[in-house]
Amino acid sequence: MKTPPTPDEQPSDAAPDLKGPASARLLPNTRFGGPIPWVIALLIALVVIAAAGGLSLRNLADNARADLSDAVTVQIIEANPEIRDQQAQLAADTLADNPLVTSVRIVPEAELVELLEPWLGAAAASEDVPIPALIDIELSRRASPDEIAQLQDALSGVVAGAKVDAQSEWLRPVYDALAALQYLALALIALIGFATAAAVWLAARSAFSNHRDTVEVIHLLGGTDKQITRIFQRAVLRDAAFGAIIGIGLGLAAVWLLGQQFAALDSGMVGGGGLDWTDWVVIAAIPVGGVLLALITGRITIGFALRSML
Amino acid sequence: MSDRPSEIVKFDNVGLRYGTDPEVLSDLSFTLFPGSFYFLTGASGAGKTSLLKLLYLAQRPSRGSIRMFGKDMITLPRTRLPDFRRRLGVVFQDFRLVEHLSAFDNVALPLRLSGTDEARVIKAVSDMLDWVGLSHRAQAIPATMSGGEQQRVAIARAVIARPQMLIADEPTGNVDPDMALKLLRLFEALNNRVGTTVIVATHDVHLLKKVPDSLIMRLQKGRLSDPTGALRYPPRPSVKARDAG
Repeated sequence: MKTPPTPDEQPSDAAPDLKGPASARLLPNTRFGGPIPWVIALLIALVVIAAAGGLSLRNLADNARADLSDAVTVQIIEANPEIRDQQAQLAADTLADNPLVTSVRIVPEAELVELLEPWLGAAAASEDVPIPALIDIELSRRASPDEIAQLQDALSGVVAGAKVDAQSEWLRPVYDALAALQYLALALIALIGFATAAAVWLAARSAFSNHRDTVEVIHLLGGTDKQITRIFQRAVLRDAAFGAIIGIGLGLAAVWLLGQQFAALDSGMVGGGGLDWTDWVVIAAIPVGGVLLALITGRITIGFALRSML
Repeated sequence: MSDRPSEIVKFDNVGLRYGTDPEVLSDLSFTLFPGSFYFLTGASGAGKTSLLKLLYLAQRPSRGSIRMFGKDMITLPRTRLPDFRRRLGVVFQDFRLVEHLSAFDNVALPLRLSGTDEARVIKAVSDMLDWVGLSHRAQAIPATMSGGEQQRVAIARAVIARPQMLIADEPTGNVDPDMALKLLRLFEALNNRVGTTVIVATHDVHLLKKVPDSLIMRLQKGRLSDPTGALRYPPRPSVKARDAG
């Protein structure tokens, strides 16, 4: 009987990373037939849509706030048109001397009538309907509530009944609603992240369970937990990367379609909700984050499962 | 401590139970020496496979102490077990080949797990498959192979990394007598020419006489006994020769 052949060198005691196609073959290739790539694709698409929506709302609120935060309106309510015009001019002169004020414009009555016409109809132009005088004031910066109060005091001294409105205050409920929607988007992203981790956890446990015999054999042949974990991690990486690519594609398509729909509204406010390049960087990072989340979850899941074996 | 202990395995008062069931192995105390050839015999259910599981580190005992390769296996952290498992070659009773891997990849597993260069893996595995007469079946998957072929793949996988100890559970159970004898000669060659300690579990008493220099461990209801029924190991030389003859 011949002596059994032996390798040229004794294997090392170190446990190297398994590389190459031989390692890939240790778990059968399901060719994306399992549910996990598709679950990840859907979840990534949802995160992309939620993130794009949240970022768009943030931009919309920021732009609106920037437009309105350094502007106030003075309203003078006086039934007599002549007195009203005099009071408006007096108020404008008074405000023009204030160092915080950069420009003062008395809104022409014709413009006011035009603004009110959709609600009041022809009556807007009638002398019977008193229209308050409006003065648009641009400030050098966003005024604090105290500074607005000082403006109000200064005006009250010269024009009784003049009322100063910070425009940003009018839209506070809108900002609050936008902020709530942003938090909702964030919560949605967190929930979807949790769902992704849970899906990967279930899939990794299922894969481990399905291949438990192979894992046991590898263990008994001297394979380490690290080697086995990496074999499973490669499978998770392959599935998650595939799902992430599909997911970002679906998500971007949905965002583009929604963008087209909103653009068709041709509204000034909606126009402020466009995404800039930093937003696109955030959106591009979502599939990368999803794959990393899947990898970490897979690693932890397999690590725990292996610890239950000798 | 020396790198090459005088004993390769030492069991002291070892017992094993699964869960809360009664012990399947009780009071096992014995020593195995490097380069020896052992048969482990006993009726079905005597505990042969359970004892082998302790030897190939698939199970820890419920009590007692086990030293292997000079180390205490009871207190050894599980993260260090792979170092010792790589010194073992195991032929499982049900082969335990990886179903979706070819014969070549199954045999290559121990080398790849221990980081052998792929070029050397290819040469060593090709030589090994040639040695067991399966070169022509290198790319076959286990499901397409006969029981005897799977057995030989399992043996090739067990010996490819030149283990210090080879443990075989009923390795001739699925092959005809000619193939059984051939496989036994493979084990003998490994034992005589490479110095591997061989432990073969079998209930086939005809095999025992085929390896005259072997030692026999007999299990009865989870306890070791020599043919006279005494709970001693190793058996007296005269008893061993009579039993083998």
